[in-house]
Amino acid sequence: MGEAAKIKFGIVVFPGSNCDHDAYNVARHVMNQDAKFIWHKESSLGDADVIILPGGFSYGDYLRTGAIARFSPVMKEVARFAKNGGTVVGICNGFQILLEAGLLPGAMLRNSSLQFVCKFVYLKVENPDTRFTSECEAGDVLKIPIAHGEGNYFADGATIASLQEHDQIVFRYCSSSGEIDDAANPNGSLLNIAGIMNKEGNVLGMMPHPERASESMLGSADGKKIFQSMIESLVLR
Amino acid sequence: MFQSNITVTLRKSILDPQGKAVEHAIHSLGFTPVEDVRIGKHIQLSINSPSKEEAERITDDVCRKLLANMVMEDYTFTIEKVG
Repeated sequence: MGEAAKIKFGIVVFPGSNCDHDAYNVARHVMNQDAKFIWHKESSLGDADVIILPGGFSYGDYLRTGAIARFSPVMKEVARFAKNGGTVVGICNGFQILLEAGLLPGAMLRNSSLQFVCKFVYLKVENPDTRFTSECEAGDVLKIPIAHGEGNYFADGATIASLQEHDQIVFRYCSSSGEIDDAANPNGSLLNIAGIMNKEGNVLGMMPHPERASESMLGSADGKKIFQSMIESLVLR
Repeated sequence: MFQSNITVTLRKSILDPQGKAVEHAIHSLGFTPVEDVRIGKHIQLSINSPSKEEAERITDDVCRKLLANMVMEDYTFTIEKVG
């Protein structure tokens, strides 16, 4: 890949997405890559190298979070792209959509506190050997904000065991010093799970918002590591 | 025409924090015999189908594929002939 070649981020826009411009800004202006929006009615992803399903409230969270968005025409293409090994990351509502679409296992329950939680949290990098975390070390603690009402990750025992067995748990909520305990769990998620990937390792879902924490003036630039990891993995392919 | 009345609730094995919060409120009103409050969704479908069996089959399919998330929810329904 030449000096001038840039990674192309495709950011899907659903009715009700509201973190699409943040993701675009980080991809284009912070990471200095290409980025474009893909309206959910599109039947093609074009030449995108990475697909981001951004945060927000697609379809007003009607029925369940992400339940309607998965029927958007573009999701057929996202599923095909994922099946062919393409890099897909769902952030917050994007994670919820990936769960509803069956591209990741499990489901999101209402936060155990019943409150919408919007604050900085700390994430422990459980698996640094992924295309989303290669710029991190095992056990690194990232400071990244969450903003959700339904982020209480749930799956049955067999699914959780399988996630563990295949190192699919990528991020867990922890304290600033890296302890994983109930006090550091903002929403009741099983095992403090904040982000998981599929078995093949090309689809990541995470509730925290790396696109809101990629410039130090916003309180943290730790989210950049996730964007940088994806870019490196694509440059090296 | 048939009408399905569907109830979707969290699985029994899953804690329903909303139900718990309402239970506390009910207790604070003095209704102490009330216990185990579960909150769910009520969904009505009108189905233009020739038979009740067909309406049942459609309702069951729609529940499994969309209205309930089988990872965390259960559903029940009744069907009545209308019109």
